[in-house]
Amino acid sequence: MNTEHLVQMANQIAQYYAVFPDHAEALDGVATHLRRFWEPRMRAAMYAHLDQHRGQGLHPLALEALTSRAEQLRPAAPAAKP
Amino acid sequence: MTAIHDLDYGTPASESTTLVTLTIDGIPVTVPAGTSLMRAAQMAGIAVPKLCATDSLKAFGSCRLCLVQVEGRKGFPASCTTPAEQGLQVVTQNSKLAQLRRGVMELYISDHPLDCLTCSANGDCELQDMAGAVGLREVRYGFDGANHLKAEKDTSNPYFTFDASKCIVCSRCVRACEEVQGTYALTIDGRGFDSKVSPGQMEPFMASECVSCGACVQACPTATLMENSVIEAGTPEREVVTTCAYCGVGCAFTAELRGAEVVRMTPYKDGKANHGHSCVKGRFAWGYATHPDRITKPMIRKRITDPWKEVSWEEAIGYAAAEFKRLQAQYGRSSVGAISSSRCTNEETYLMQKLVRTAFGNNNIDTCARVCHSPTGYGLKQTLGESAGTQDFDSVRHTDVMFVIGANPTDGHPVFASQMKRRLREGAKLIVADPRQIDLVRSPHVEASYHLKLRPGTNVALINSLAHVIVTEGLVAEQFVAERCDVESFRQWREFVARAENSPEALEDVTGVPAAEMRGAARLYATGGNGAIYYGLGVTEHSQGSTMVMGIANLAMATGNIGREGVGVNPLRGQNNVQGSCDMGSFPHELPGYRHVLEDSTRALFEGTWGVTLESEPGLRIPNMFDAALEGSFKGLYLEGEDIAQSDPNTQHVTAALEAMECIVVQDLFLNETAKFAHVFLPGSSFLEKDGTFTNAERRISRVRKVMPPVGGKADWEITVDLAVALGYPMAYSHPSEIMDEIARLTPTFTGVSYDRIDELGSIQWPCNAEHPAGTPVMHEQTFVRGKGRFMLTQYVATEERVNQRYPLILTTGRILSQYNVGAQTRRTENVQWHEEDRLEIHPHDAEERGIKEGDWVGIVSRAGETTLRARITDRVQPGVVYTTFHHPESGANVITTENSDWATNCPEYKVTAVQVMPVFGASEWQSRFRKFTEEQLALLDQAGAEAQG
Ligand code: SF4
Ligand code: SF4
Ligand code: SF4
Ligand code: FES
Repeated sequence: MNTEHLVQMANQIAQYYAVFPDHAEALDGVATHLRRFWEPRMRAAMYAHLDQHRGQGLHPLALEALTSRAEQLRPAAPAAKP
Repeated sequence: MTAIHDLDYGTPASESTTLVTLTIDGIPVTVPAGTSLMRAAQMAGIAVPKLCATDSLKAFGSCRLCLVQVEGRKGFPASCTTPAEQGLQVVTQNSKLAQLRRGVMELYISDHPLDCLTCSANGDCELQDMAGAVGLREVRYGFDGANHLKAEKDTSNPYFTFDASKCIVCSRCVRACEEVQGTYALTIDGRGFDSKVSPGQMEPFMASECVSCGACVQACPTATLMENSVIEAGTPEREVVTTCAYCGVGCAFTAELRGAEVVRMTPYKDGKANHGHSCVKGRFAWGYATHPDRITKPMIRKRITDPWKEVSWEEAIGYAAAEFKRLQAQYGRSSVGAISSSRCTNEETYLMQKLVRTAFGNNNIDTCARVCHSPTGYGLKQTLGESAGTQDFDSVRHTDVMFVIGANPTDGHPVFASQMKRRLREGAKLIVADPRQIDLVRSPHVEASYHLKLRPGTNVALINSLAHVIVTEGLVAEQFVAERCDVESFRQWREFVARAENSPEALEDVTGVPAAEMRGAARLYATGGNGAIYYGLGVTEHSQGSTMVMGIANLAMATGNIGREGVGVNPLRGQNNVQGSCDMGSFPHELPGYRHVLEDSTRALFEGTWGVTLESEPGLRIPNMFDAALEGSFKGLYLEGEDIAQSDPNTQHVTAALEAMECIVVQDLFLNETAKFAHVFLPGSSFLEKDGTFTNAERRISRVRKVMPPVGGKADWEITVDLAVALGYPMAYSHPSEIMDEIARLTPTFTGVSYDRIDELGSIQWPCNAEHPAGTPVMHEQTFVRGKGRFMLTQYVATEERVNQRYPLILTTGRILSQYNVGAQTRRTENVQWHEEDRLEIHPHDAEERGIKEGDWVGIVSRAGETTLRARITDRVQPGVVYTTFHHPESGANVITTENSDWATNCPEYKVTAVQVMPVFGASEWQSRFRKFTEEQLALLDQAGAEAQG
C-alpha cells in the first residue's frame, strides 16, 4: 500500500480527534476508527512503516494510538492470504 | 396532457380536516371544506365539463364551461372556483346549463382547426372531449372569421412542439410554469382575441428561460403543447407506474406504451415524492435505453489490447468466475472485490454485496456513495444514530427558514427545487451557503436573505462560526437539548464553539464571509421558526466532509430543529438510489442495515441465513482498492453500473490501477470508460427492463417496474445470481420480490417491507416495521435513534490542497440540470442540446489577468494532471475560484482532481483542487492519449461485432 498516502490518512484522523479534551477518548477515537474502517493490509502497512521508519511523518496522536493499541490494531500476519 | 388514464379532479385536494356534506345532482357527497364543487362532483362520479381547470393547478375560472346551479343562489357560478359548503344542493346538468356550455364551446371551436382525425391528440384531447360532452353540433359563427389557424409551429425544443394554431388560451401552461415549476417562462401576450401564449419575449422555447420540465405540456388540454414522441408514435395504449432512474428525488412516473415501445413518460400524480411533477431528465431523457450504442451481447477478451469476442452468457459468466477463482488461488482471498452503483436497484446492490461476502469470502465491496455521500452516513450515524435524512420532502411545506448548504437543487434536484421555490414564494426565508451563485439565490419571486459566499474548503469554519453565534447569543434551544441530547457531549461542544477562535470575526479571513452576514444568518436560522437544512455534495466532498455533516447535525440539535415536520437535516442525494445502496450493506465495513462486520451477533444472523462463515475484518474502500491494485495485492474487480474511470478523482491513478488488474468485469449498458479496461463485458439492463426498488433521499422505497424485456436478455439481478452460482455459491431467486423478502427478514428497519405492501401504500419510507407499519416520514420524533443526540466536536482543519503561486486558483465541480453524472445516459439523448460540452467558469477579473476571452480554450493544470476546456466568463464564481461540470469524458475534469479525501470515509475532495488556468491552443497530453485510446478500444469493439457476423 502507498505509505505516504496512509500516513496522510492517519494524520487526518488524528487531526480530527486532536481537539478532544480527554486524551484517552481521543486515542480511543483514532484506534477505533482504524480498527473499524481500515482493511488489514492497510493496518499492516502502517505497522511496517512503524517498524521500519519509526512511523516517520505521523501525527503524534496517530503514532501513540498505533503504538499503544497495537494489540487491537496490528493484524495477524499475513493479512491478505486465504 | 396528463397520463392517458389519469382521472382529473379539476382542482387540487383541500387539506382541511373539517368535512362538509352536500348533494350534487341528488347524490350526497362528503368532502373536506374548501374542496371545489368541481372536485366534489368528480368525487361523486360526476364529471363537470371544464377547460381551464386541472387538478395540478389552482382554479382560475376563465373558460366558463364548468358553470353549475346552486339552489338558493343567483346565476351560474363556476364550479372550479366555488367551494363546497355544508348543505349545498348543486345541479350540474340541465338544459340551461347545456345551452350556456354549448355557447362557450362554439366560440372555442370556431377558432380551432378541425383536423381532429389527423391531429396527434386525437382521442386524447380535452377540447374534443368537451365538444362531445356539451353536445356541440354546430358552430354558428362559421370558421371564416378572424382566427389563428395559420400561426407558426415552434419546434425548437427537441422534445415537444408548440402548435399555436390549436391554442385556446386557457393559460393552463402559463400557470403550470409558474405554480408547479416556478420558472415563469411563459406569458400571455395581448388581450381578448389577440391574446396568445409565448415563451419569454415572444422567443422560441429554446431561447427562453424554459428548462423543459414538461409541466406546461402536461397541463395543456389540447394538442398545442405536445410531446414529439406522441406526435411520432401515436397516443399510448397502456401504462406502467415506475420510478425515475436519475436523481435522488425519485419521481414516480407512468410509463406509457404502445406494445413494448415507450411513447411517453408522464409524472405520476400520486407519486409522493413528486406529486405529478418532473424535470427534463426523467420526463424526456429516456431514449438512451434503445440507443444503438447499447451492448447487447456478452463479450470477453484476455488482454485489454485484444479485440472483444462476443460469446454466450454461459461462456462469459463461466470465464469471469474461473478468472476470479484463479486470482484468489494465486493471490489470496482478498485479491478480488466488487463495486456496485447507486444506479442499481436495492435488490441488485444487496445481491452484489452478498456475492462478495459469500462467494468471494471477503468484504471488498464498495459503492459509488463512497465518492458522494459516505460522509453523510458516517456523520449522521455518529450524531443522530441513523445514516439517513430526517424528513420527507413534503416537510418543506412547513419550513420557515431553508438553509441550503453546498447544494444546487434547481440543477441537481429540480423537482424538489420547485417545491422549495413554492414554499419560498409563500414567504419562507432562504439562506444559501455556496461559493458560487446558484440559481436559487435569485430567481423569479425568490431571493435569498443571505448568500454566504464562502471559500471552497472552509465549510467547517462556517458551521463553527454559526454555532458560535447561536451559543454565545443565547439562541440555544435549552429545553430540547436538555431533554433530547447527551448532556456531556453538549457541554464540551458548547465550550468548544464558544471559543473566540470560532467567532465569525476570527474566521472571517478563512471563510471570506463578512462576520455580520454570518451573525445575521445564524440568528435567522435559530429564531426564524422551523429551520430546515438541505445539503449536498458541497458538504460531503471535502477533506472534512464528515466533520461538516456532524457540524450540521450539531446545529440542528442545538436549535431544536429536528424531530418534527418542517425542520431537520436533509442530505439531497445525487443519484436515484444512493440511500438504498448504502442501506443494502454496500460498504466494506457494514452488512445491510448499517451493522458493522465486527459485530459477532450481526455476522451470526447473516451466517445463519446465508450458510457461510463471514469475514470479520472490514474490506477495501474504492480508493484503497486502487492503491492495493497498484501495490499488486488486488487483482480482480466486478463492477455493476459504475464508471470509475470517469467518475473517480485523479483519472490517471484510476486507469493505472485498472491496468494493473488481471480481471475486470463490467456490467453496464454501454462500453463506458471503465469497460475500455475490462476483460469481460456483461450487458446490463436499464430501469425500464427490470423489476426492483429504489430508495430516494427521503428514505422512500418505490417500485421500479419492468416495462420492456431486457435488451441483453437478462435483468441485472439475474446476472449476479448466475455469477454467484458459477463461483460455487447457490442463489435461488425467481423474482426480485424474493430478494426484498430476504432483506426484510434480515434488516430491522425493513421488516414491514414487501412488494405487496409497497403496492398497497404506493411507496414506503423506512423504518417500516411493527412499530411503524406504514413507514416513517419524520425520524427522531420522540428520541434519537441512538437514544440521546450526540454533539461532536468539529475543529476546522484547512485542507492540504492549498493554493500557491504555481496553482493560484481553486477549482470546484458541480452538475447541470440537463445532464446526469458521467452523462452515459443523458449524452445519448437530445439533452446534449442544452449542454454539449463542459466549460470552465472563470471570473472576469481572473480571465482578464490571463488574457482569456469567452469561448477560448484554456489549459487547467493541477498537481494531478492537466486538461483543456473552453472558458465561460461569469461573475457567478468569485475571483480565485473556477468551476466546471464533469459530464463529458473527454473534458477530463477528474484528470485534475486529486486523491485527497475525507478523513473518515475517503470520500474524495472533488470540491477543492488548486489549479492554474492559461490560454492554450491544443488538447492536453492526457486528452490526446485519451482520444487515441478511445479510438483503439472502439476498433476492438467493432471487431467483436464483425467477428460475430462473419
Ligand atoms: S417546459 Fe417547464 S419551464 Fe418550460 S415553459 Fe413549460 S412549464 Fe415552463
Ligand atoms: S398552450 Fe395549451 S395550455 Fe397553454 S393556453 Fe394554449 S391550450 Fe391552454
Ligand atoms: S431526474 Fe430527479 S427530479 Fe428529474 S424526474 Fe428524475 S427523479 Fe425527478
Ligand atoms: S373550468 Fe371552471 S372556469 Fe374553466
